[in-house]
Amino acid sequence: MAWKIFLFLLLAFVSIAGIAFPIVPVPTKWYEFPFIPGLKENAKIIFFHVPTAWLSVVAFFMSTIYSFKYLRKKNLDDDAKSYAAAQLGIIFCILATITGAVWAKFAWGSFWSWDPRQTSIFALLLIYGAWFALRSSIESDEKRATLSSVYAIIAFLTVPFFVFIMPRIMKGLHPGSADDTNSGPVIDFKMNANMELIFFLSLIGFTILYFWMWNIGYKSIIYRDKINKKYRG
Amino acid sequence: MHTKAYALYLKDFRSEIRTRYAVNSLAMFVIVATSVILFSIGNETITQSLTAGLFWVVIFFSAMSGLSRAFVSEEERGTSLTLQLIAAPSTIFSGKLLFNIVLVFCMNIVITLLYSALFDGFAIKNLALFIAAFFFGNAGLAIASTIIAAIISKAGAKGTLYPVLSFPILLPLILTSVQLTLMSFEGASFIDAKFELAIIICYDVIMLTASYLLFDFVWKD
Amino acid sequence: MNNYILHVKNISKFFGRRLIFKDMTFEISNNGIIGISGDNGSGKSTLVKIIAGITSPSSGEIVHQDRGEEIIPEKLHNYIGFVSPYLVLYEEFSAYENLSFFSNIRGIKLNIERADFLLEKLLLFKRKDDLVKTYSSGMKQRLKFIFALIHNPSLIILDEPTSNLDSSGKDTIYQLVENESKSNIIIIASNEQSDLNLCQREIRLEDFKQL
Repeated sequence: MAWKIFLFLLLAFVSIAGIAFPIVPVPTKWYEFPFIPGLKENAKIIFFHVPTAWLSVVAFFMSTIYSFKYLRKKNLDDDAKSYAAAQLGIIFCILATITGAVWAKFAWGSFWSWDPRQTSIFALLLIYGAWFALRSSIESDEKRATLSSVYAIIAFLTVPFFVFIMPRIMKGLHPGSADDTNSGPVIDFKMNANMELIFFLSLIGFTILYFWMWNIGYKSIIYRDKINKKYRG
Repeated sequence: MHTKAYALYLKDFRSEIRTRYAVNSLAMFVIVATSVILFSIGNETITQSLTAGLFWVVIFFSAMSGLSRAFVSEEERGTSLTLQLIAAPSTIFSGKLLFNIVLVFCMNIVITLLYSALFDGFAIKNLALFIAAFFFGNAGLAIASTIIAAIISKAGAKGTLYPVLSFPILLPLILTSVQLTLMSFEGASFIDAKFELAIIICYDVIMLTASYLLFDFVWKD
Repeated sequence: MNNYILHVKNISKFFGRRLIFKDMTFEISNNGIIGISGDNGSGKSTLVKIIAGITSPSSGEIVHQDRGEEIIPEKLHNYIGFVSPYLVLYEEFSAYENLSFFSNIRGIKLNIERADFLLEKLLLFKRKDDLVKTYSSGMKQRLKFIFALIHNPSLIILDEPTSNLDSSGKDTIYQLVENESKSNIIIIASNEQSDLNLCQREIRLEDFKQL
């Protein structure tokens, strides 16, 4: 119970701090953020957008790992874990896409411009979408678990290719990407200590939140299956 | 092992000649897609990068219209069980892959000839590079679409799901192939294109290995 | 006399979380006929598919041994003959083409003598070059026996072997089965009393339903 209160306080603090702390040219007080050229007030997105993108990737990893586990052990609980991770993954993936697009409208002038990371998250959305479409088309539990596990592993193998080829095909616009001329690597140089602290606190808070939700998610799937089985006989 | 897979390929080939399931839909699709593109372009000349993109668009969707037949036709007729009783999974995967590779190459040679006759932008300067891109691109297309075809043949919904599942998997391959095709139009050398070629070869090798290893799980009930 | 042993060790099968059978153990060696009986939907077909290596059990193990050596799953299909109503042969090919393609895919040459003998025996010889499409369901069922026996399997699995057959067809099949059982193991899954009468042993699926 205590850690739930702690998580609540942490996320509350991160939300308030991330939105309310002012950005000033030369930070002097502990609650002031530095001014990053080219980003200005837009820089605050980092506290919310980056964790969602991070979690959509974490969820994808976990979904693949449990798919792999399912194929080895054929335990339907692993499939439930994989499914619960993917459910959260697609939520965070959509959140990351939307927050990113809204931010891009103000920072880059358009909602969508096929920056490498935008393209990659788009590909991730497509993979999630295809994965859920596949699952919903299969009746039998084992078959659904097996086929979607195989698909998840194949899809996972394509991810490194996106990482390598995207920067060759299109220019990066994201702060911190190699082609970004106006703001350079944000996390390394441009953030001061308190901004970094809040950024990592936010990352930790969201990650804990994710694991909590995942835990509830897969347990409820397993319980539902057991109840169904009881009533069907 | 190889002769068995080849025997399976021969069986599919003979069956295809008698029923023409895949070839008819493939051929019609190529004609329809190419003519739609020609109509929509009208008298305008399109850039080379657009030509390269449209080339792979037609290849992708034609492949999606025909390549699932290899497994779906077995599953629909109920003959998968028969196959399971006469061959090991690896034989079946190799045989079906061989069939799809032949189908993809035949189809894409036709598309290439059509494009070079109909599109001005389709002017290949470095033929060797184009052939390399064509070869590895098509091999990757055949490999990935074979394992996806196996997956959807065992899933309930057949036709509609195929492009949906294949697109994210094929996206890196198609993007790289488009780049390579464009480079061959621009007359780039192999040295310029070594990164893309390496990517596409890696893709083929990784997909082939993964498909072989995972096919057992898909195939066995 | 062949030296084929089938060990079924503690196998259980669940569909999803529904139990089909549990803790089944038995062993068959050398030759003879074994029956598997049970109501409709009790899992007879599932059990024979598990024995044939087509479906995997939820737990437990099946071991096939030939002359003291364990057969690896990749090779198992060459030792097994299988007949069932849900088995389908290629309709766009003739009976003869079906048999020759199957042999080629197995990596062996079609044994023409045996094929002709079986076609003759099952009254299909005159129609061997007609497409399977044009066959009646009884003829297809008889063709499946040829498909199952053509490669001299040591373990012959017959799932509802006499469905769609007329009485003379049944007699021919029974005669064939008796003959094959002298040197091979035969498993018959059926509800027909006349099929089960052939068996020396019977496995009743009802005995393996307790959780």
